Amino acid sequence: MTNTLDTTQPADGAEPAARPKEVLVKIRGLKRHFPVRAGLIKRQVGVVKAVDDVTFDIYRGETLGLVGESGSGKTTTGRVLLRLDKCDGGSIDFDGTDLLSLGTSDLRDIRPRMQTIFQDPHACLNPRMTVASIIGEPLREHTKLLSAEREERIHDLLKLVGLAPDHANRYPHEFSGGQRQRIGIARAIALNPEFIVCDEPIAALDVSIQAQVVNLMLELQEELGLTYLFISHDLSMVRHIADRVAVMYLGKVVELANVDDLYDRPLHPYTQALQSAVPVPDPILERSRERVILEGDIPSPSNPPSGCRFRTRCPIATEKCESVEPEFRELRAGQWVACHYADPDQQPNAGGEHHV
Amino acid sequence: MGRLNNETVLDVRGLRTQFATQDGTVHAVNGVDFTLNAGEFLGVVGESGSGKSVTMMSLLKLIPMPPGEIAGGSAMFDNQDLVELTPKDLRTIRGGRIGFIFQDPMTSLNPVITVGKQITEAIRLHTEASKAEAKARALELLELVGIPDPKQRLKNFPHEMSGGMRQRVMIAMALACSPEIIIADEPTTALDVTIQAQIIDQVRNLQDELGTAVIWITHDLAVVAGLADRVLVMYGGRVVEEARVDVLYSNPQHPYTKGLLNSLPRLDQQGHELIPIEGQPPNMLTEPVGCAFAPRCEYAFDRCYSETPGYTEIAIGQRVACHFDMNAGQPR
Repeated sequence: MTNTLDTTQPADGAEPAARPKEVLVKIRGLKRHFPVRAGLIKRQVGVVKAVDDVTFDIYRGETLGLVGESGSGKTTTGRVLLRLDKCDGGSIDFDGTDLLSLGTSDLRDIRPRMQTIFQDPHACLNPRMTVASIIGEPLREHTKLLSAEREERIHDLLKLVGLAPDHANRYPHEFSGGQRQRIGIARAIALNPEFIVCDEPIAALDVSIQAQVVNLMLELQEELGLTYLFISHDLSMVRHIADRVAVMYLGKVVELANVDDLYDRPLHPYTQALQSAVPVPDPILERSRERVILEGDIPSPSNPPSGCRFRTRCPIATEKCESVEPEFRELRAGQWVACHYADPDQQPNAGGEHHV
Repeated sequence: MGRLNNETVLDVRGLRTQFATQDGTVHAVNGVDFTLNAGEFLGVVGESGSGKSVTMMSLLKLIPMPPGEIAGGSAMFDNQDLVELTPKDLRTIRGGRIGFIFQDPMTSLNPVITVGKQITEAIRLHTEASKAEAKARALELLELVGIPDPKQRLKNFPHEMSGGMRQRVMIAMALACSPEIIIADEPTTALDVTIQAQIIDQVRNLQDELGTAVIWITHDLAVVAGLADRVLVMYGGRVVEEARVDVLYSNPQHPYTKGLLNSLPRLDQQGHELIPIEGQPPNMLTEPVGCAFAPRCEYAFDRCYSETPGYTEIAIGQRVACHFDMNAGQPR
């Protein structure tokens, strides 16, 4: 595997090359294997390879979408790369610093630069803390601001996320889901981070509120120069928000590409099937679409199929897929795929996409 | 598409449901009217708190009473008013002539009884079938809903099945007594998207085959686009717009419907801006006055805050509850 995964280069060269190319986060061969224990003495009887050999770069200022179904390992990847969870192999490089080599105190020093926004705004805010103390907590922990300065900063942050300064003394239960997510975002940006892992940040919100929160995230990204890892199962929203997208299946990244390439010219059969499964709010299109309906369920990650992990549900699998694991390789400029039979010369929209 | 004829199987008028809570009365459903024709696929779209689930649950008194209370209205099904029926009479309809599919099959299946037993129980409760007949029917049903190796699966407990399989079992149970209506409440929301596609495909085929009328409740406008014949859009405990599916998506007449469609990202399109609906969903604790959507509506004017809009017939089968005519750019 080469060391640079340069996928910012547009395949057709049509886009201006004005995009930032500086790598902020570089992960190589990332692994997280959970032991499965059973019996009286809790002997290890197996292992769940939640994240298995995941490699990608995140460029400064971009949004990398990380999509997959439940059990694909997308959330674990986000947690491991922030060192919120143990890492069982590979390397994590954050702006030139090897995160895995850092001790507790060095890690604490670098934490303000990388933050996270969680899925459930009801669960991630302490119900007994006021909004001011929730947003102020990271400021108290990591800065030496005087209390008046801190209060000013809290008011600025509230305004930035579209809440009123007089919301500061209220409690989380007084807010709706969308407003609570705004509080979570204010807390995440309190320390001027460079990188935010957003783990399904809109999945718990109503449709009309999702667009509010996503627009806020895009505005903040532009204003503050943030870099996002946007973890989601919502392929439509990822298309809207991401610059590049990585697709995970059973602990592996199966395809990684620019957002347009991934949606208009998907190369991996799983990406194609995933897209064809997503309904579109257009009755005429829906009736005429040809769908690839995958058979069966996602296999258990504690006992994944040999060779290519997708082969048990893949419409084009052969014996080779059973014995040989496909290499994750660059098939088109900037488009990385792990499939023996991915064809870079196929016509756009072949396979999974919709036909009108 | 289901087989359409104009025979009405369910006619709901002025349904109102309230819940007494510590904080006051929650006005969950505030006068809902709709009809369902035989063999029709009706989509009911709304966000949380719009009253879409409570409306359907109220019909069969599946809401806890108290604190819930049906404060008014009627629901005619086969010349009987479901609202007036005794619990005993309702039991013969629930699960028999009207089947239910819920969002989370894990909480609606009994975890300590095999799925085979649960299906045969439902069949024997509503029909005269013998044990053997019921078992044969259960096997047939599992095959019908596309469960591989159904004979073996009958002996499984719910936890031994995946989410998609459990939802198929729920569909099999709902179909067990050949119901006239199936009410499905967010049946694919808890499932992964590839599994959702399997279930939707299965339901579409089954409906073609059996001609059962289906009410499909969802928050996802995309899911019902390819399934429904007709769609009701609910907001604040009322139907704000009703239209045939093609018309609703191409020519929405209520500002809320339009706003919902504008705020949706689309897989097949990139670069269009998401226009969110500003503000928050209504507080259902206050007695509704005027239009519930008015505080979030860009077209709202003084009448919207004082007078609840009645329905305007736009075209055949399309009605909208709005004081403002978006096409004419002026109040109606």
